[in-house]
Amino acid sequence: MSDQNDRAPEGKDLVAPLMSRRQAVKWGALGTVGLAAAGTACVQRGGPLAAGDTLKGGLAPGHGSHHDMMAVGELRRDSFDPTAFLTRFDYGRESTLPSGQTLREYDMEATEFELEVVPGVFFPAWGYNGQVPGPTIRCTEGDRLRVHFTNSGTHPHTIHFHGFHPANMDGAFEVVAPGRSYTYEFDAAPFGLHLYHCHTVPLKRHIHKGLYGAFIIDPKEGRPPARELVMVMNAFDTNFDGENEIYAVNSVAFHYQKHPIELRLGEPVRAYVVNLTEFDPINSFHLHGNFYRLYRTGTNLTHHEFTDNVMLCQGERAILEFTYDHEGPFLFHAHQSEFAELGWTGMFVVRGPAVG
Amino acid sequence: MADAAGVSRPDRTRTWLAALLPLVALLVFLLLFLRFGPAGVFTGSFPPVEELTITRVTLPDRGVLRVHAVNGGPAPVTVAQVLVDDASWVHTVDGSRTIGRLESREITIPYPWVEGEPVVVRLVTSTGLTFDKEVAVAVRTPAPDARYLTTFALLGLYAGVVPVFIGLLWFPFLRNLSQRWIEFFLSLTAGLLLFLGVDALAEAVELSALVPTAFQGLGLVLLGLVGTPLVLAAVGRRRRGGGSASPVYVAMLVALAIGLHNLGEGLAIGAAYASGEIALGSFLVIGFLLHNTTEGLAILAPLTKSRVTLGLLAVLGLLAGVPTIIGAWIGGFTYSPGWTALFFAIGAGAIVQVLVELARLFPGDEKGSIAAPLNVTGFLAGMLIMYLTGLLVTA
Ligand SMILES: [Cu+2]
Repeated sequence: MSDQNDRAPEGKDLVAPLMSRRQAVKWGALGTVGLAAAGTACVQRGGPLAAGDTLKGGLAPGHGSHHDMMAVGELRRDSFDPTAFLTRFDYGRESTLPSGQTLREYDMEATEFELEVVPGVFFPAWGYNGQVPGPTIRCTEGDRLRVHFTNSGTHPHTIHFHGFHPANMDGAFEVVAPGRSYTYEFDAAPFGLHLYHCHTVPLKRHIHKGLYGAFIIDPKEGRPPARELVMVMNAFDTNFDGENEIYAVNSVAFHYQKHPIELRLGEPVRAYVVNLTEFDPINSFHLHGNFYRLYRTGTNLTHHEFTDNVMLCQGERAILEFTYDHEGPFLFHAHQSEFAELGWTGMFVVRGPAVG
Repeated sequence: MADAAGVSRPDRTRTWLAALLPLVALLVFLLLFLRFGPAGVFTGSFPPVEELTITRVTLPDRGVLRVHAVNGGPAPVTVAQVLVDDASWVHTVDGSRTIGRLESREITIPYPWVEGEPVVVRLVTSTGLTFDKEVAVAVRTPAPDARYLTTFALLGLYAGVVPVFIGLLWFPFLRNLSQRWIEFFLSLTAGLLLFLGVDALAEAVELSALVPTAFQGLGLVLLGLVGTPLVLAAVGRRRRGGGSASPVYVAMLVALAIGLHNLGEGLAIGAAYASGEIALGSFLVIGFLLHNTTEGLAILAPLTKSRVTLGLLAVLGLLAGVPTIIGAWIGGFTYSPGWTALFFAIGAGAIVQVLVELARLFPGDEKGSIAAPLNVTGFLAGMLIMYLTGLLVTA
């Protein structure tokens, strides 16, 4: 791994000798380019004209259309489907305790596998139940949760659930060695949108590798009916240099750009957005052609803000509620342009209401 | 005759068999090793060591980038995605995305690069490793058309050929000098050349770092540096049958060495121009002009006592100057750090041989010794001249 660590910066540095070797040359060149810019070049290739070209050129390749800023190819393995993940909620095995309390039991297993984070690029991931993000754990406030955790990986792991629970259910100190199991048991509270992740050191590596997921505790009275979507913002440092090469929602860069999420006109939509990006302190969710009601952490039933852009720190999350009144394609993406251009961008396609 | 053949044949067969036996044994051992040996230890649980070298990024047209990548590593590498300026970008590959060892590919990216600004291209392999290359100043890469050829011919002419001929105008002056001062100028020449040689060697070593590992950049430099003087020495020995070299031969050698050096410079200039590093500034031409005029002087120094025709001077001037043009042409179209490093190394190697031959031109006595104060002064002055004129070309 250290080998991989070193290589990328080295490759960058190797460019330097040739460049510096002819610095005087470059200095002369810059002068000439500068002079040229003052003259004809400016007129021929200046900003306004170039912009006009782009408009005339429409989506022609090489002129900066959204079709060019994109990963190539299709996923080779269909082991993880971000489209299916959007609407898949794991309510566990449901039963009733003698006290009348609802018991939900979940089986969680930490494993190691290769995750295709963009077509053709395989990331050596660690994840829960063979997927990144792990299953979206969902329950109702007051339910008893019993999570049977087995560590089938080669490193120690835990599950740290955000929320209320006793100290020994925290997943911070009860480190589960490879081949061992642990059962977390606690009552679900407070209601809201939370997350879970491994809390073994080094944290950056254990989280960034993929040991995380969304954790939804519904309020007892429930939320109004809506089309519900889970969106976990994440990123991958594929060359292990401490910076992400790939950004995504639900692990696969550009997935919802290539496979837009279909919405209906006038249909209430509720997005559960969790930021699990590592290495970058913040991420954001920007919606086109619309505004959403923002419920920070989902712990309050009245919304905090009506906006089209929310900034979320690492581990922060929010529930977004919106409805489209116009048909057509609408982008959603990080408003950090770099994140968007490295994969964290997607599209809703709004169609007319279903008949009946 | 039949008898002689009958006797020698079994002997020859036995010799051949003896030569082949180790080869057969090696082959058998290799097959056994691959089949049963512990090679799996090296390949088993580790990710393959990937190595990709972007040898060149060209900007053939507005809104188009072309990346030339070579796999110099031990294992095949699959280019999965391309990032330009930290954005994922569509692209096409001329052939399979999996690049075998020592294979190369061209990747074409429709990217709206901005004139005069830097562009960084990053290849992402299937294992997530990345390989980068920066174009410092984005300028459209010249197409190999008449205009480009003329431009570089003129540059080579101004910077390489004319100055060398101007330097040759010193000939009448040198001709009338006393032996003492001729030796001074020979020493000066040696100083000039030594400086050029070390400079060329440094450039060769620097460039060798850019060569894909499998092509062993330093090995190329070594081949050029050591091989060239050996070949030149062997050629020289054959020509003069063991005696001391003729002044004309030494002058030819000097011109050749300078020519090879200028070829390397031409390659670098052409490549720099093609990769947006340079746009022909008069500043640059002036630097090369001064630099190369002194090279003309160096060619003349061995000839002071010889009969010299204008034809010979022309040949010497062309030999030293024209490679600049050729180098610039090659460098602009098909630049490769490996070839350029090799040419610089050959230039440095040729200079080694020239220095040896120059030393032989000094009489052995005390007065004409290389260590005579005037000659030492000449030697140092030669290096100083190169240093000062070099300031105008490299920084
Ligand atoms: Cu862990």
